[in-house]
Amino acid sequence: MLVMGYGNPGRLDDGLGPAFAEKVRQLHLDQVETEADYQLTVEDADLISRYRQAIFVDAAVSGREPFYCRQLKADASGSFSSHHVEPGQVLHLARELFAADVEAYVIGIRGYEFNEFGERLSSKARQNLDQAVAFFEGAVKAGWPPEHLAACFS
Amino acid sequence: MSDKRIIIEPITRVEGHGKVSLYLDEANHVKQARFHVVEFRGFERFVQGRPFWEVPVLVQRLCGICPVSHHLCAAKAMDGIVGVKQLTPTAEKMRRLMHYGQTYQSHALHFFHLASPDLLFGFGSDLRERNVLGVAAKFPDLVVQAVKMRAYGQEVIKATAGKRIHGTGAIPGGINKNLSLAERDLLIKDVEQHLEWSRGALKIARDYTVANLAELAPFGSFESNHGGIVRADGTMDLYDGKFRVKDAAGNMVLDQCDPNDYLQFMAEEVKPWSYMKFPFVKKLGPEKGWYRVGPLARINVCDRIDTPEAEAARQEFMAVTNGKPNNITMAYHWTRMIELLHAMEKIAELLNDSDLQGTDLVVKGERQEESVAVIEAPRGTLWHHYKVNDRDQVVMANLIVSTTQNNEPMNAAVRQVANSHIDGKAEITEGLLNHIEVAIRAYDPCLSCATHALGQMPLSVELIDAQGRVVQEVTKQ
Repeated sequence: MLVMGYGNPGRLDDGLGPAFAEKVRQLHLDQVETEADYQLTVEDADLISRYRQAIFVDAAVSGREPFYCRQLKADASGSFSSHHVEPGQVLHLARELFAADVEAYVIGIRGYEFNEFGERLSSKARQNLDQAVAFFEGAVKAGWPPEHLAACFS
Repeated sequence: MSDKRIIIEPITRVEGHGKVSLYLDEANHVKQARFHVVEFRGFERFVQGRPFWEVPVLVQRLCGICPVSHHLCAAKAMDGIVGVKQLTPTAEKMRRLMHYGQTYQSHALHFFHLASPDLLFGFGSDLRERNVLGVAAKFPDLVVQAVKMRAYGQEVIKATAGKRIHGTGAIPGGINKNLSLAERDLLIKDVEQHLEWSRGALKIARDYTVANLAELAPFGSFESNHGGIVRADGTMDLYDGKFRVKDAAGNMVLDQCDPNDYLQFMAEEVKPWSYMKFPFVKKLGPEKGWYRVGPLARINVCDRIDTPEAEAARQEFMAVTNGKPNNITMAYHWTRMIELLHAMEKIAELLNDSDLQGTDLVVKGERQEESVAVIEAPRGTLWHHYKVNDRDQVVMANLIVSTTQNNEPMNAAVRQVANSHIDGKAEITEGLLNHIEVAIRAYDPCLSCATHALGQMPLSVELIDAQGRVVQEVTKQ
């Protein structure tokens, strides 16, 4: 399994994804590898194609607190805003270009402060991060994917 | 005066958020275009008080697309702070290898991911197809190749900077690692393949431009100055050199300007409608002193390239305009691919240089209080200026990034494109939006980026009349 945390740790709560990846790395979970980046790009399709499961972790600017987790559907739409690629588009490219047999999930951790420079997480974001990591650790130890995923977290 | 204003916000497939305002005259012709950049201005405060040796790492937080350029430019500035004028061969070549790796992956990403849909399908084609997924469906081998090119550049960065992101390789006065033989061997085995792919990418851009020259020549094009750094003999050098500016006809405006003296030959204009500053050549003034930067400008201002295949491509490119600067906006794509091949040629050259396995990594000099550095980032000239107090804390930082230097040129490109579409009718059409985006994308702007949390970045288009009323609004998710 690959955990890909993405976001900019220099932009406050935008760093939730990399912070999640770092905390998971320190857990030394069996069969779990971690990566962190500022944003997803097309070559991540090649990267995730080497795994059976990929977990994309990002900060969420709105939505469920403390976090949500859902299975990801491949997205073949052409809506691009920048060099950045959405997780569903990475999954689509992995399957189309690299014949990947990979399941993907997204964990969106609710953040609150994004609009200035600073290498720190807000206190509420830190709490949400801790809960997301605890959830992930428990789910991996119990056998990913977690039961009742859709009902509980989507 | 019943001027109308059309706002298009934000531009898709460029970094960060952008907004375009089109100011119309009474006859609904575009009299002015403003490409707004929603830019964070807090960075200078962010680094104030931090120890100077942390800055090359800190500045990477500025941008998720070109962190290596900021890392290296800050390291070069900090070389000046520690009084180092000449790095060891190992340190300089490691930094150069890192820089060419960054240029290679950035240019490959832009060309295949962002530009190729426009080039392969045409500007006016269906937006549902005109994106990298559309390219992947029709030309899967090309996209796989692009992914591998991008990944290779990232591997070069990882081997030289220590990590794929937030590297620590360059430090004041040198570098903190050399290239191990294992790292070299891992990279060198794929050199021929990447040279071949680079030639192929250049051919696509060259053939497309030549075949469509009549259509492309007027598209978003205008006469302008061009700026970039060159060596003492005029050779293009993406890592180090002195600043040169030529005008639209090829006359020298500035040459061999030391970056440490940039305040003597450059100034930055502040405008009330933008957070960005607008750099210009002082002696020409703000109205005539703005200039383009990036691949097109670099090829226009240099006298030669020091790798054989890129130099041959440069000569062919310059022959199109009889050796004079090329002012065609869409020619950015061709020049970007000349630089892609140049970067790969330099990577191949460096990987065969045993200096990279040297162990003399850092030198020291006499401590200075102030330093300015310049580097050619993939998108254009990047300037870093710092002052450091006697407690080693940064007390002043000023950064001039390529997108701010290209702001006025992008305004000119947008105005030119919009005027050919508006044609007396105050309406945002799909064609207008598409063509503005194509023109801006040619510059590969980076608009203060790297916050991409889930739920952000829709595309919205607004039409606002002279009284400030929104009369048309379109939002794309």
